[in-house]
Amino acid sequence: MGKDSTRQTGTDLDAKATSYGGDAIVRFERVQKSYDGVLLVVKDLDLEVQRGEFLTLLGPSGSGKTTVLMMLAGFETATHGGIFLKGEPINNVPPHKRGIGMVFQNYALFPHMTVFENLAFPLEVRRLAKGEIQEKVRRALEMVRLGGFENRRPGQLSGGQQQRVAVARALVFEPDLVLMDEPLGALDKNLREEMQYEIKHIHENLGVSMVYVTHDQSEALTMSNRIAVFNDGRIQQLAAPDDLYERPENAFVAQFIGENNRLSGRVSHLDGTSCAVDLDDGGGRVQALAVKVAGDRARTTLSLRPERVAINPEEGAFPNVFEARVQELIYLGDHIRTRVSLCGKDDFIIKVPNAQGHAMLREGEQVRVGWALEDCRALDA
Amino acid sequence: MISLPPHAGPLERIWHYVFLLICVLVFGFLIAPLLVILPLSFNAEPYFTFTEGMLSLDPEAYSLRWYEALFDTNPNRENKWLEAIPNSLWIAACSTLLATALGTLAALGLSRSEMPFRNLIMGLLISPMIVPLIITAAGIFFFYARLNEYAELTGSFIGIVLAHTVLGTPFVVITVTATLIGFDQSLVRAGLMCGATPTRVFFKVVLPLILPGVISGALFAFVTSFDEIVVVLFVGSVEYQTIPRQMWAGIREEISPIILAVATLLICVSTLLMIAVEVLRRYNERQRGVTPG
Repeated sequence: MGKDSTRQTGTDLDAKATSYGGDAIVRFERVQKSYDGVLLVVKDLDLEVQRGEFLTLLGPSGSGKTTVLMMLAGFETATHGGIFLKGEPINNVPPHKRGIGMVFQNYALFPHMTVFENLAFPLEVRRLAKGEIQEKVRRALEMVRLGGFENRRPGQLSGGQQQRVAVARALVFEPDLVLMDEPLGALDKNLREEMQYEIKHIHENLGVSMVYVTHDQSEALTMSNRIAVFNDGRIQQLAAPDDLYERPENAFVAQFIGENNRLSGRVSHLDGTSCAVDLDDGGGRVQALAVKVAGDRARTTLSLRPERVAINPEEGAFPNVFEARVQELIYLGDHIRTRVSLCGKDDFIIKVPNAQGHAMLREGEQVRVGWALEDCRALDA
Repeated sequence: MISLPPHAGPLERIWHYVFLLICVLVFGFLIAPLLVILPLSFNAEPYFTFTEGMLSLDPEAYSLRWYEALFDTNPNRENKWLEAIPNSLWIAACSTLLATALGTLAALGLSRSEMPFRNLIMGLLISPMIVPLIITAAGIFFFYARLNEYAELTGSFIGIVLAHTVLGTPFVVITVTATLIGFDQSLVRAGLMCGATPTRVFFKVVLPLILPGVISGALFAFVTSFDEIVVVLFVGSVEYQTIPRQMWAGIREEISPIILAVATLLICVSTLLMIAVEVLRRYNERQRGVTPG
């Protein structure tokens, strides 16, 4: 945790993040998109996708992430700004001349063609020789573990198999960039997790750049090199999954990625990287890491992960120690989700690991809880 | 057939059988006039009624003489049918081709959400189905008459083909539009992302999937043109006969049972076309992975 306290603002996080992998394959420059000429769906987007990177656009519906993907594919035009692919502006290049592979939400396999014909289609368009087409289709199907399915129709395949064919079709013509628009949304949970690893491994093996859109944060955390969290048409934070989870830069990201306890209050003492915050309604004073506070006396939201709260800590281990009362215990196997009332809030969640010898709590019990200064991040109000 | 549930009361039972009877009567009313024609066309006598011999199933009372007369190629006897049949087939084929191409394109355009005035244009395109035929025919006649100093459209092959195209297009627009409702537009995007030009995507992806709709629309357009008499009466001429017009003339002037033979052939052709439509519909549903109902 020691190095965390040296991080202060978003700028050096971004600097680290954008240095990934070297040169950019895609660049958005001050891109704006409006459908009706009034409301901006995408606001001043600056974004670079690095060569070989798996970048996820994550956000709630209506946050602009899909619009960004559609502008990259060429199905939507940017109202303002420039989009560059390998350094060339592509604002006026139609989708079929961009040479980008794409996997669609509903797979969009051609139902009247066999699996082989589906995969051969992008190769026939590129006028490859027949033998070469057969070889490439065979290799693509082996890559997604569907060898021998050449003569099936999409309608005869299961959802997971159709998904794999769609991935193979997007990759078979060896594009440098592949877009995926919530491709796992229609699959059930187990299959979805299996496919996440499969796509991740394909990405690692081929070194192709991928831009992936999803609203599922665990999917984003599992697969990505970097995640751009979208809300309200803007990127709220662009960072690697661990950075995003452990060091959210604003209240939206903290709340959208993973579970999060929020405490609101006012900064009473700002001292470089740390600050003291007086909680509302006399809830007490909390020592926190000043990540995004406007200054002394400014309102702030404290963000604290439920698994970073210790029960009955050793004396002097943490600067923040409070009395709490156990309200509810929910047994979840690997951990026990514990709701306590603390600092005037009664929806404070603590994840108590179900480890050997760990304290077992009872409802109504009075306990002391504590957490480190670095784990409690003071964000925008 | 609908079967009665075990808990049906006496009133429900009575209504059930009355309902079946009504259905049978309606079918009979619709089909009987067509079925009567079939045996009559084999009449050995020049009458439009069943002779006593026919009713007693005497083989002597039946003959193929009207069919022979229909296809009589002896140059000494005038046979207007021999001109009318190829005329009708050519007109129907050409107007079907035009109506199918234009109607499919119109339906594709009208199915796009960004198309302005969709309902208005759709209404205009299908209006020939709704406006009484006699009004359309008269309108076309006067319109052609105006144009006659530039192009001889009245009484000509092209004039009738164009008029029949107008009548056939609504069927194509409607069937193709219906097919496009179930068409997944993301397939077009997928085709484009594979690198295919929009034209290639149309021929390789869109057209094969909407083809059943296109073909059934084309069949309707064909039948419309093949059966059509009102427009031909206005726009056609004595020298330019079609089958329906020849039948019309046959009934009014000569009352020859040849038209019964023609009618029988037309019924057979129409039935085959309708069977083709149904087969196509089922094929289409299979291709989309829907089990036929």
